[in-house]
Amino acid sequence: MTETAPRAIAIGGSAGSIEALNHLLPALHPGLAASVIVALHLPREQPSLLQSIFAPRCALAVFEAQDKEPLRAGAIYFAPPDYHLLVDAGPVLALSIDPPVHFSRPAIDVLFESAADAYGAQLTAVLLSGANSDGARGLLAVQRAGGTTIVQAPASAYATAMPQAALALLAPDHVLEPQAMAPVLNQLHSRRSL
Amino acid sequence: MPHTRRTFEIEQQLLVEAIYRRYHYDFRGYAQASLRRRLQTALARFNCETLSQLQHLVLHDAAVFPALLQYLTVQVSDMFRDPEYFLALREKVVPILRTYPSLKIWIAGCSGGEEVWSMAILLREEGLLERSLIYATDINASALQKAEAGVYDIERVPGFTDNYTRAGGAGSLSEHYSAAYGRVVFDKSLRRHVVFSDHSLATDSVFAEMQLISCRNVLIYFERPLQDRAVGLFQESLCRRGFLGLGSKESLRFSAHAAQFDEFLPGERIYQKKAQA
Ligand SMILES: C[S@@+](CC[C@H](N)C(=O)[O-])C[C@H]1O[C@@H](n2cnc3c(N)ncnc32)[C@H](O)[C@@H]1O
Repeated sequence: MTETAPRAIAIGGSAGSIEALNHLLPALHPGLAASVIVALHLPREQPSLLQSIFAPRCALAVFEAQDKEPLRAGAIYFAPPDYHLLVDAGPVLALSIDPPVHFSRPAIDVLFESAADAYGAQLTAVLLSGANSDGARGLLAVQRAGGTTIVQAPASAYATAMPQAALALLAPDHVLEPQAMAPVLNQLHSRRSL
Repeated sequence: MPHTRRTFEIEQQLLVEAIYRRYHYDFRGYAQASLRRRLQTALARFNCETLSQLQHLVLHDAAVFPALLQYLTVQVSDMFRDPEYFLALREKVVPILRTYPSLKIWIAGCSGGEEVWSMAILLREEGLLERSLIYATDINASALQKAEAGVYDIERVPGFTDNYTRAGGAGSLSEHYSAAYGRVVFDKSLRRHVVFSDHSLATDSVFAEMQLISCRNVLIYFERPLQDRAVGLFQESLCRRGFLGLGSKESLRFSAHAAQFDEFLPGERIYQKKAQA
């Protein structure tokens, strides 16, 4: 059972998080045995460039999340602008246009809380730089469901409010600089460790 | 899975079943994760600790259900939302619609009516409104009332106007509404061409033959089998070569009925029913 249980890494970020992702995503190992699901606060009006920015630089396949899309291991999915991204049973991706949370759609709490429900202990959640408090409650939900929690070290963050809000609410498993994240994730989710 | 999570899931299923049996609103095929979020919010509003308590209220106090329905259905909409969609309708679909002597158009899941008035204005500007009948349907009675009233806060007008322009608006949006007391109300002359009615994609059947169906940001709230049911209704209702428009992040890619449609404008999620489907 545990060998085939789906695993995932959920990542949330806001101001300054693309820079952190630049260190993190390209360093993920091609054999990663987890789906990577990313929700970033972005301007609503324009189409997201994330896929075109990251696809050429990552070993993993990079997609914009589609509604009801079954999650595959070794793939990165970005939330489209102006939609919440959730994980539903399956596990599949699900979009919604429910009202913004923390003035944000996509909201990190929405992704983390639904992913915690879907993956439980098989989830690792990473909260990056940002200037508000989105993601803290979600990270707590991940911890309560038995998942692993990682927060960007505030000193390394362009905007410290988001990591700090999380640190005020819970003691995460790891507090890391962006450069140190991929090795931990690769280790946690490598095929060999199964 | 932690104990409390599992309990919530059981209670959610029971609540949804209770609602179906008592009120005939069928949320059984809805996407679970977003429904769960909205039910969690509802718990606080109704001062309940658990969904079982909420279920008790819903079953025994008929006044509670309409209020809960506001949590179960998502009322987010905008005029000319995704302007590129309306621009594509105007430029690519209208020329074909023009060839029909009369038009029936179905806006399924019309929420507070923003999409309905957008469509009516577009048709008027294209000279098609006089021969058109728009059916605007939803399961949320208060949303339908709001849609029918066509009254919106004036603060929303700059956003509406911006979308209207980007959607290829031919004149000025202000030609289609009048403003008073911090509100705008859309023209009665538009309303003559719209029929508002209660209709559920989960439980009801087809009611007329349509040339165009617009159902946007509704299917994302359904699980696959219910999506298939809804798209099946659209398929049945559309005339040959009739058009189906979906929300900007929705597609027929995972639908059981995909083979019955051509991708007319894939980028804008506009499909066309095949001639022999
Ligand atoms: C997010 S709104 C979409 C509004 C509009 N179409 C748009 O895209 O701006 C979703 C609407 O679908 C309606 N809805 C939910 N379930 C439905 C069902 N089974 N049948 C018809 N409408 C439904 C809700 O009441 C709500 O008004």
